[in-house]
Amino acid sequence: MIVRILTEGQLEVADDRVEALNALDAAVEQAVEAGDHDAFADALAALLEGVRSSGSPLPADVLHDSDLILPPADATLEEVREMLGDEGLIPG
Amino acid sequence: MSLMKRISTVFRAKANSALDKAEDPRETLDYSYQRQLEMLTKVRRGVADVATSRKRVELQMNQLQNQSDKLTAQAQKALDMGREDLAREALTRKSALTGQLSDLQAQHAQLQGEEEKLTLASQRLQAKVESFRTRKETIKATYTAAEAQTRIGEAFSGISEEMGDVGMAIQRAEDKTLQMQARAGAVDELIASGALDDASSINRGDDISRELEAMSSQSDVESELAALKGRSSNAPTPQLDAPDAAPAPGAQGQAAPRAEGEQR
Repeated sequence: MIVRILTEGQLEVADDRVEALNALDAAVEQAVEAGDHDAFADALAALLEGVRSSGSPLPADVLHDSDLILPPADATLEEVREMLGDEGLIPG
Repeated sequence: MSLMKRISTVFRAKANSALDKAEDPRETLDYSYQRQLEMLTKVRRGVADVATSRKRVELQMNQLQNQSDKLTAQAQKALDMGREDLAREALTRKSALTGQLSDLQAQHAQLQGEEEKLTLASQRLQAKVESFRTRKETIKATYTAAEAQTRIGEAFSGISEEMGDVGMAIQRAEDKTLQMQARAGAVDELIASGALDDASSINRGDDISRELEAMSSQSDVESELAALKGRSSNAPTPQLDAPDAAPAPGAQGQAAPRAEGEQR
């Protein structure tokens, strides 16, 4: 699958790595819900590192929508809340 | 992947809504391409702005470094002249400068990082815009109303998202640049006003500064004088036979020998 880390670009990540990334994603989500800034920063860094280490960058001239889009590495908890829309973390 | 999925959905919706649909899909493609070129120009401007800020911070770092070196020299001179109080004051000011200098160094590293990221984003976008141009020309060349309906979406695949991403990169770099410029502006003012003292010495500062400067220029005079005397005392060798060792006019004006003694 294609994953985009915002402001960094797209990576091709093998499907069998997605399971491991799910756990990291859940940790980010929990930190956002709890409003825990420190836990959020650690979890986001771990998630992005997981994607970078298990993916390979797509060539610049490839035009493809991403399957998943992740916040930039320097995103704050508030910014991620904003990215999820004004209604915060209420599932749509 | 609930969090990632939701961010993806929201981000893509925003990116896609940026595209206006024209009557004729071919116009939509051309219009979108024009917007992409504008975006590229904006990215390049962004890179240039960040580079300008970085250079400004570099200049300020050099200025602070020079001031810091000057204070070290002043402290040394003050010590040589037995004025430990002034030496301490100079070093106190130097330590305040050192703090500002390391703050600027951190800002500089941050700006350099932003500049690199934007440069990469610019290259990426340029390649994607070029791919889009090729794709849209193919679709336009084989245009029929029916085909356009099915293939118009495909032409935009990846490009709106990319533009949204690069747009975000520019926005963030601009925000950071503005923050840095504000901070750098404050340091500029400090440098310009010469008020690089710590707040506690605000009242004494001027006096000490004047005294330090006076001492500095005084000891500059003294050391130059000492150097001159050194040169003139080295010139006549013990043989004293140099026929052209004509004493300079007014050689009797030997400066007080104490000056040299005090330098030791």
